[in-house]
Amino acid sequence: MKHDRILLDHGSGGRASHELIASLFLPQFDNEFLREMNDSAVMTIGGTKLAFSTDSYVVDPIFFPGGDIGSLAIHGTVNDLAMRGARPLYLSVGFIIEEGFSMADLKAIAGSMKNAAAEAGVVIATGDTKVVPKGATDKVFINTAGIGIIDPDVNISGQNARPGDKIILSGTIADHGITILTCREGLQFDAPLKSDSSPLNTLVAEMLAASRKINVLRDPTRGGLGTSLNEIAGQSRVGIRVHEETIPVRPEVQAACELLGIDPLYLANEGKLIACAAAQDAGKLIDIMHKNPYGQGACIIGEVISDHPGKVFMKTIIGGNRIVDMLTGEPLPRIC
Amino acid sequence: MKHLDEYRDPHLAGKLIDKIKALSHRPVRLMEVCGTHTVSIFRSGIRSLLPPSITLLSGPGCPVCVTATEEIDKFIKLGQQKDTIVATFGDLVRVPGSSSSLQKERADGADIRVVYSTFDALDIARRNPSRTVVFLAVGFETTAPTIAAAVKEAKKEGINNFYILPAHKIIPPAMEALLAGGELAIDGFICPGHVSVIIGADAYRPVADKYHIPCVVAGFEPVDILQTIYMLLSQIEEGKAIVEIQYRRAVNFTGNEKALALLSEVFETCDAPWRGLGTIPDSGLRLRNNYRALDIETRFDLTVPKAQDHPGCSCGDILRGVKTPLDCVLYRQVCTPSNPYGPCMVSTEGTCAAYYKYHD
Repeated sequence: MKHDRILLDHGSGGRASHELIASLFLPQFDNEFLREMNDSAVMTIGGTKLAFSTDSYVVDPIFFPGGDIGSLAIHGTVNDLAMRGARPLYLSVGFIIEEGFSMADLKAIAGSMKNAAAEAGVVIATGDTKVVPKGATDKVFINTAGIGIIDPDVNISGQNARPGDKIILSGTIADHGITILTCREGLQFDAPLKSDSSPLNTLVAEMLAASRKINVLRDPTRGGLGTSLNEIAGQSRVGIRVHEETIPVRPEVQAACELLGIDPLYLANEGKLIACAAAQDAGKLIDIMHKNPYGQGACIIGEVISDHPGKVFMKTIIGGNRIVDMLTGEPLPRIC
Repeated sequence: MKHLDEYRDPHLAGKLIDKIKALSHRPVRLMEVCGTHTVSIFRSGIRSLLPPSITLLSGPGCPVCVTATEEIDKFIKLGQQKDTIVATFGDLVRVPGSSSSLQKERADGADIRVVYSTFDALDIARRNPSRTVVFLAVGFETTAPTIAAAVKEAKKEGINNFYILPAHKIIPPAMEALLAGGELAIDGFICPGHVSVIIGADAYRPVADKYHIPCVVAGFEPVDILQTIYMLLSQIEEGKAIVEIQYRRAVNFTGNEKALALLSEVFETCDAPWRGLGTIPDSGLRLRNNYRALDIETRFDLTVPKAQDHPGCSCGDILRGVKTPLDCVLYRQVCTPSNPYGPCMVSTEGTCAAYYKYHD
């Protein structure tokens, strides 16, 4: 069944989003930056290597345990810049606000953005505000864009994974996705769930100071770890093998996922990164990451292989083998 | 995660695999009836660990997949009614009907909302007194009791804008229909865990006795499934065909009395259409007279033209276990999770989706 309308799936961050970009946007806007399909574009202007990125935030609910739409909007763009090895410097912020939205909530969001920007060491240098009639949007949408500087000898891209690289994950997966899902649906669990939304630029800076053999960085946001690994495998034309037992999931997150029949591999993370790095530097990187508040759970979850380019395999906990595919559609609880 | 770790213990799993290998003297075909089992088997890589003599077949255990196209067409027609909110479990929105899907209808402006329980739909009805709210009552015996409870609550509270569109299916008649069809050669059933929590393992005795088929009710963790396979192999080896429970931590032989009483108060069995299996007598649930007014079909005429499945779609054969997705000409060629031609590629518990997602 061909689609003649935009469906929610097209914004899932999974396969449908990729197909929409590849089939509709890329042919229209085609250029060398977009073709790379990275978290941000890298360009050299006046001899300086810059990273440039934008993202829009439409999260529901707008306030959630561990953050809100404002801090998320700062962290998201800061992290997208950091995933190219950039030092984020300046952000723009665009608000689309629904008529009737609470002034107190808007103030709280702006305050949260101020704090998030201060922690990440970035300046909100320009902005824009639009108010639309009630019902024309859902409460508030925020767009952020940002620029940052990359050291000349840093070359990090989704296309650079090499066979033999170790795959490093900075901590537990699915915290943000399951928190949002359970908040949105009003589901209650005994153990509190909390988003991992956080800025990763200092973590990346410390990693780069320790090693220049980091080939890929990616924050596994919408679509989750499973989709991000597939993106890297596709962009770099390599295979990836991960080991299920090494992928950290908090017990409370695992329990909520089990109950809902949702695979944590496909839930969003907003404060985690994946790195593909040369095997000889992997141990050193893990040690450095453990010293940063946002890398304390860092571990090696697998390796890049030369077989089966474009595919991701998992060695399961009981020793079986299976494919890890991209997310298809939004993760939904099972009926049965 | 104490309650899960022991059922994912690699050491225990390894021991069971060794025992299974030691018992595998001849080709054996086992069918898992439940879609959650299908997914669990793929997710844990169990197929890659079994000896080649054991074939695992996926049966009609995905509630979305067995929903007939004519029922999907009815859902779509319902979504097109003015001032109607359709509340549904998630997977259903993507299943193609004859010419549309609930997802496409939603993009065209229909008010279709994904809910996590029937009580969420009831809340929508409370908050929208001027709209008609209809819950699409799809699923097996697992979900039917909560739907019965919501129906009972709606009647008790006098919520007069809440309805359901019953499309429930019950599992044991489908297992019997599969065997009665004669085209399926299987040596044992891996019986569904969630359904059995409600109906109890005794519900499979008629099937086991009449067709001399071993039945074991299984849990959903890798060790549960491996132990179930071992229990089935043991029965086959000893020439037995009895009903056993591996999933003892959740299932007994007589079922959940309270849930069964609720089901029986609100619903009665009726003939129901199954995708791939046709109409099976007494395999569906409809509201009893006392609650019949909450069936939306008493208010709207939802008659639809004879449904058209996509030519070439093998979902029906796959649900009967006579084909695997790899035998379907559409699989991976044109039918993919983002462009599904049939429900088995849509549902997270569908066989084609599981093959696509996990099969090398």
